[in-house]
Amino acid sequence: MSNIAHTYENLRTSKKFQRRFSVGLRLVIALLLIFFSIFPILWIISASFNSSQSLSTQSLIPPRPSLTNYERLFGLDPNYRFGDLVYQKWLFNSVKVSGISTILSLAITTMAAYAFSRMRFKGRIAMLKAILLINVFPNLLALVAIYVLVFQFGELIPIIGLNTHAGLILVYLGGSMGLNIWLMKGFLDTIPRDIDESGMVDGASHFQIFWNLLLPLLRPILVVIGVISFIGTYGDFILARILLNDVNKYTLMVGLQIFTAGQFDQKWGVFAAGALLGALPIMTIYYVLQDQIVGGLTQGAVKG
Amino acid sequence: MSQATFVRPKTKPKIMEEPPMSKLIRIILIILFDAAVVWFIQNALASGFDQLVAVLGIIAVMFNLIYLLPQAYPFRWMAFGLGFLILFTVYPIAFTIYVAFTNYGDGHLLTKEQALPLIEKQTFLPETGKSYSWTAFKAESGDYALWLINPEGETFLAKPGEEIIPAKPGDPGVGDADNKGIPATIEGYQRLNPLLAATDKNLVNIKFGLEGGQTIQVRSPSEAAELQILFKYDEATDTVVDQSNGDVYENKFGTFTTKDGKTIKPGFRAVVGIKNFQDFVVSPALRGPLAQIITWNFIFPTGTVLFTFALGLAIAIMFNDSDFPFKKIIRSFLIIPYTVPALISIIMWRGMLNSEFGVINYFLRDLFGTAPRWTTDAFWAKVALLIVQLWLGYPYFFLICSGALQSIPSELYEAATIDGATSWQRFRHITLPLLLVAVGPLLIASYVHNFNNFGVIYLFIQGGPPIAGATTNAGHTDLLISYVYKLAFESGGRGVQYGLASAISIIVFLIVGAITLFQYRFTNMWEEVSENV
Repeated sequence: MSNIAHTYENLRTSKKFQRRFSVGLRLVIALLLIFFSIFPILWIISASFNSSQSLSTQSLIPPRPSLTNYERLFGLDPNYRFGDLVYQKWLFNSVKVSGISTILSLAITTMAAYAFSRMRFKGRIAMLKAILLINVFPNLLALVAIYVLVFQFGELIPIIGLNTHAGLILVYLGGSMGLNIWLMKGFLDTIPRDIDESGMVDGASHFQIFWNLLLPLLRPILVVIGVISFIGTYGDFILARILLNDVNKYTLMVGLQIFTAGQFDQKWGVFAAGALLGALPIMTIYYVLQDQIVGGLTQGAVKG
Repeated sequence: MSQATFVRPKTKPKIMEEPPMSKLIRIILIILFDAAVVWFIQNALASGFDQLVAVLGIIAVMFNLIYLLPQAYPFRWMAFGLGFLILFTVYPIAFTIYVAFTNYGDGHLLTKEQALPLIEKQTFLPETGKSYSWTAFKAESGDYALWLINPEGETFLAKPGEEIIPAKPGDPGVGDADNKGIPATIEGYQRLNPLLAATDKNLVNIKFGLEGGQTIQVRSPSEAAELQILFKYDEATDTVVDQSNGDVYENKFGTFTTKDGKTIKPGFRAVVGIKNFQDFVVSPALRGPLAQIITWNFIFPTGTVLFTFALGLAIAIMFNDSDFPFKKIIRSFLIIPYTVPALISIIMWRGMLNSEFGVINYFLRDLFGTAPRWTTDAFWAKVALLIVQLWLGYPYFFLICSGALQSIPSELYEAATIDGATSWQRFRHITLPLLLVAVGPLLIASYVHNFNNFGVIYLFIQGGPPIAGATTNAGHTDLLISYVYKLAFESGGRGVQYGLASAISIIVFLIVGAITLFQYRFTNMWEEVSENV
């Protein structure tokens, strides 16, 4: 009797057992958490292959799996009653608009951050502070003003007016003087000035220093800011929805949101297919660049 | 400060002077730019886009100064960014602030210059005064015409929307007179007998004659009378006088109002001072829903940040061992919610939490026989939102906390263990304080973001379920920002109120701005700016 108790006591206090028990327990918790985080995705995948449309008749493993929902998404089912879908165009528009605005806004952000990091001028600190404060203004109502602005542009120069991608991109560029300048400037500040000075000794201009010496070093932060800005633009539906009104010009998020607006429970399957395909590019970016993004995020955290 | 100076200009060589070629190109570009701006402004002026002209003018002057003055050199690196910032961020903010002090909204969409002609066009039928005897004619199409005889015996033909013309029986298109001097026929029309005419319900409402000119309306079976201008505007006193009874209407916040509260429509845009802000505080109609909305507006971000941070931190601590099995795979799975675009996740959850058909309620009904009504019950709607927010938000804090945990030196833990600290004590006195220093600013940023998280509220539930008895379109899960959106864009038949919506926006900005300023003070971010050379 006492032997067993003794063995038990030994086992309980043994480091190895404790360790195993704790790891095992944590693995169980990890499974529960993984279930919580992937269940909605599994459900969406299942719904997208379910030929029945309705939300009410879905089960996790579809009884009759089919590609009907994907066909409908791409307008291949002429009998579909919510047939106002041009998914491939929406996806293309989203990638186009987000891609162009990301590249242009990276250019603006990086150059401005260079000036803030490397030059000293009157109003520099005030401007940096102002940029932060301006960006917390709840700009939802600014929609009225932005709408009117873009409308008026369009009256004078139609290619940047309402319902054009160029107009939308211009509006997105308004946000490029934002918090990203701080991120970029913070990164630039960590690059030693000796590099600039070696360039100056050789008689390089500011632009040459920026372009030839600093830009290659900025690559990691360019990736992080670029990805954040691409994802942000890709996910926007408020501005795009106000400025675009032609179904062929919609971005993916606007298209999906308007598609699900009425009789949602009847459109569940097609929405699931569209959501999955729409999320895929962003998920891919995340997983490919996982380490850089996590690095960028945590660096921001540690630096404050 | 005169010249853009470098950090250590005295000991180090300066940048080379700008070569003449580059200078020439710069000046040519400025001239081209100015030419384009002049063209644009001319066209904008012709179209009456005064505000656009003002904003563009400011930006153009700024560009010229920046690219012409050598001491503005650093700004050349951000000129385009500044231009876009002014155009699409600063100007809209200025516009919002201006609107917050006006009554802009339904009933006050017009300018005073546009509204006055509409007011002065209104007419009334005097009880006494010049009258006519009348005979009605009706066309197949339902149009009417009147044959009028004034006390002097002159005769006229009147049709709606056309000038009243003197006419005589036997004129072209007019038939011969009967024994009373009234034509028996008018071309295209049928004469109505007096009894039919007297009981015709349409007839009394029709204004015959050209609007804005002489118009005549039927007053009684025997009489028709000339309508008179109802309101006369007096520019000197900025009042309107009702010609029918002499009431004086004063211009009160863009509505002509009498002393006893009668008003004239339409109103017009006017600066109303701090009235919108006062309404926000004291108006009883607004106060009911507002108190609820504000309370929820603090609970929602607090709950969101608290839960997402707690779960993220717990997971980070749990898997912090460097040799934990499957660590990388677990992390990849756990950050899935972070990688899905929010709009898609939110709509997805809307489907899953559908009260009737959603998968969650299927399970719950199987387990407990009953399930909450996520979308129609105020309490459960809030719970549902927090669950969705938890799912959306915890991976972010998991990633952040994992990084921050690794930056805590392990000697601290070793020392504490030697001193006999329990694991809770180690967490409470080492992990948490050090972590909060690193993560604190992000917690505040997350709070600010969720304070104005329009997207999730709007996409998930549109602020519903509605608050019973509210005079505006307010819902139980509305945040101020989504309430503002509804006031401004989705009136629900109650009239859009840009003025009030803008005022609330500014109040939201003051709250969020204060939190932000506090954050930067708290994290010494300002100091970093000035010290960092």
